Amino acid sequence: MINLTVNGESHSLDIDSDMPLLWALRDELGLTGTKYGCGIAVCGACAVHVDGTPVRSCITPVGAVQGKSITTIEKISSPVAGAVQNAWEKHDVVQCGYCQSGQIMSAIALLEKNPNPSDADIDQALQGNLCRCHTYVRIRAAIHTAATSLASQGGAA
Amino acid sequence: MKHHSINTGRRKFLIASIYTGAGLTLGLYLPGCSKEEESPPKAGPGIAGEEAVSEVDFEPNAFVRIAPDNTVTVIIKHLEMGQGTYTGLATLVAEELDAAWSQVVAEGAPANAALYKNLFWGETQGTGGSTAIANSFNQMRKAGATARYMLVQAAAKKWQVPADEIIIEQGVIKHATNQQQASFGELVELAAKQPVPTEVFVKDPEEFKLIGHYVPRKDNKPKINGTAIYTQDIKLPGMLVAVVAHPPRFGAKVKSFDASAARAIKGVKEVVQIPNGVAVLAVDTWTAMKGRDALQVEWDESGAFNMGSAEIMADYKQRARQAGNIARKDGDSDKAMRTAGKTIEAEFEFPYLAHAAMEPLDCVVQLTGDGCEIWNGVQSQTSDQHAVARLFGLKPEQVRINMLFAGGSFGRRSNPQSDYVLEAANIVKAINGKAPVKMVWTREDDMHAGYYRPMYYHKMSAALDANGKPVAWQHRIVGQSLIAGTAFEAGMVKDGVDATSVEGAATMPYAIPNITVDLITTTLPVPVQWWRSVGSTHTAFAVETFIDQLARAAGQDPVAFRRALLKDHPRHLGVLNLATEKAGWGTPLPKGRGRGVAVHESFNTYVAEVVDVTLHENKTFSVDKVVIAVDCGIAVNPDIIRAQMEGGMGFGLSAALLSEITLKGGAVQQSNYHDYKMIGIDQMPQVEVYIVKSAEPPTGVGEPATPVIAPAVANALTSITGKSFDRLPLQLTA
Repeated sequence: MINLTVNGESHSLDIDSDMPLLWALRDELGLTGTKYGCGIAVCGACAVHVDGTPVRSCITPVGAVQGKSITTIEKISSPVAGAVQNAWEKHDVVQCGYCQSGQIMSAIALLEKNPNPSDADIDQALQGNLCRCHTYVRIRAAIHTAATSLASQGGAA
Repeated sequence: MKHHSINTGRRKFLIASIYTGAGLTLGLYLPGCSKEEESPPKAGPGIAGEEAVSEVDFEPNAFVRIAPDNTVTVIIKHLEMGQGTYTGLATLVAEELDAAWSQVVAEGAPANAALYKNLFWGETQGTGGSTAIANSFNQMRKAGATARYMLVQAAAKKWQVPADEIIIEQGVIKHATNQQQASFGELVELAAKQPVPTEVFVKDPEEFKLIGHYVPRKDNKPKINGTAIYTQDIKLPGMLVAVVAHPPRFGAKVKSFDASAARAIKGVKEVVQIPNGVAVLAVDTWTAMKGRDALQVEWDESGAFNMGSAEIMADYKQRARQAGNIARKDGDSDKAMRTAGKTIEAEFEFPYLAHAAMEPLDCVVQLTGDGCEIWNGVQSQTSDQHAVARLFGLKPEQVRINMLFAGGSFGRRSNPQSDYVLEAANIVKAINGKAPVKMVWTREDDMHAGYYRPMYYHKMSAALDANGKPVAWQHRIVGQSLIAGTAFEAGMVKDGVDATSVEGAATMPYAIPNITVDLITTTLPVPVQWWRSVGSTHTAFAVETFIDQLARAAGQDPVAFRRALLKDHPRHLGVLNLATEKAGWGTPLPKGRGRGVAVHESFNTYVAEVVDVTLHENKTFSVDKVVIAVDCGIAVNPDIIRAQMEGGMGFGLSAALLSEITLKGGAVQQSNYHDYKMIGIDQMPQVEVYIVKSAEPPTGVGEPATPVIAPAVANALTSITGKSFDRLPLQLTA
């Protein structure tokens, strides 16, 4: 049995330890917000957080993340996550939307580490998140907006 | 489309009889409608046609449904694949209904050509050719106006006041003098009893409150919180996931296979041969993939295609020595070439391209007691419905298609052979329908199994007179036809010329007295299909880089040169002038920077792009900034137009810089995004978009930005290097 802690809940799954986390999330736990795009960690659609760090779930075997805290798009809830999702909505970033869970997970991880990223920081952190609709202009704008809104929230607190 | 209107004061009268079929009648649902929140998996744009609508439903429910809870559901007949049609079509209804945007929900329509046909495509439901807004503009406004009319009649009856004293603002129905007001929901029951009008007023453009203004996208929330449902996300009780071993080369067939190792894997339930391979069915996706890895297939490659891209191109160049079928002939270009002062020649090579949408191809099929049910984001409902019906011996109406979001498509989910949909259906047939099946292609399948934008070879020549004025233009195109062998052949291939092979070339707008455009159509077993902006993907590059070459040969500024030749094309001229003005065309650039322009019409939308590039010391270059001007008639959703210009340009930029599918010995050499590349955020330029103000009927915006960027980048690079570019993707060094 594989024991996973996903979005704060413990799950015991009768699956092989080599199953990528992506498929455990999607097919076993029904958390379909995390997407399959390439299966080889080049597109970023499968990004989730493991102990707060963005991880490509498509190449991460479930055996390697037992006992760790896994967070998916469905249950992100930090102030940074809220700011990022609000900014995504404000800028109408999405088109087909398929890659956006991964984009958002990467953006949150960036802002958690670097509250005021430059364009170069954004390039560095998100260049592994491909968007076939090429929504990159708005992704960049939304990350800056989220950073600004978090800074103003911080200032008010 | 003809429409006759009679101005009768505040609103224009739209004659109902111009519409055939449905779309005019309105379904207003009585109490009992399930609220969206009560069935979250089916919410909004999730599973179309699944809403459990109860009680009395007025037939036929075409486009508008208003619930007692005040929700206005707009049924969207087009596939939402990112282009914004859920927002666009809902805007049209909400505008005429005077609904509050917040009360409007978009829902995908089921497959039903009688109700939901594309008005530009005969009796066919489908999405493509940037037609969604264009064909729906009057239809959806009328649907909204009809609902509004019935609500007003209901209010007039209830309040005993004349109907023309009633107004609706932001979804609130009001009578000014006697202080009455009501929500839509409160009047649903009474409104439903009103006769459906055959003729209704629609607004004058000056009265638009939503059209032409910003409204948030209707598909925003589910796509940022992970709840949006794509085909990949469907899980039905007892469903098996199928992964298919496809032939290694086009035309190869299964000789034999050994499924024992695959079947030995726990969770693998079935291994079945289908017409184009062997399918492994398992309880989940990972197990199906492992099963396919373990499967041993021996292929009969005796009839398989074995040419490589280099041999194909060499063959095309050879063929280009002979004249092709004439697509356009003005004057006598041969004679003009012989007598002109200066001649210029060029040739261009274009590779196969994969659509490579982020959601790989997939389809869910289930046989039911009375037919077949499909869950998919499809662009071509009617042809898919008919193809699956034929396979199962059903009537088309027994094939129900639940329209889901597509995670991109760019043309691929509109396959004229219904290839991947039939593949899924064939798997279900092979297991005698014993379980619902979700067929998924891996990314590698998506790269290897086709269908592709075809390879093309273009050969061009032109002549200038002594004043540098072009007097002759010859353009020959060699490549596979998108249309031959499809249901569209009779209508779109004339005198041996596939209109999609030459669009953008035969329609070249520049005023040159002697023009010949001809086409040599090749036949190869490499499966090909339309790819975002279709023929313009290659013709725009050839025409727009070649016209720059002519300008240089004439010693003229490329913008001034174009302007002089576009006098009879005011909309081309309009976007060219707007983009160059906003980009500061003519202002000096720092050393190492270059600027280029291209202008092109596709799908009746006009786009000009001005590009700034930087040439770096290490012999690489970057695309820094793109200024886009677009004329798409009335701008229904300006922000979605901007988004489609940004994204459509970016999609074209990836192909300009990085993407190509190549064949070696008949096998596709690319397998995934690491070798079929697209740009990331780090390579995306700054983008500015400007929309030409227009009162012309609205045209589409999903495709027209895509073909303009490659020639604009090439022209910008040429402005620094002096070197002309003869192939895509662009290479600075040979």
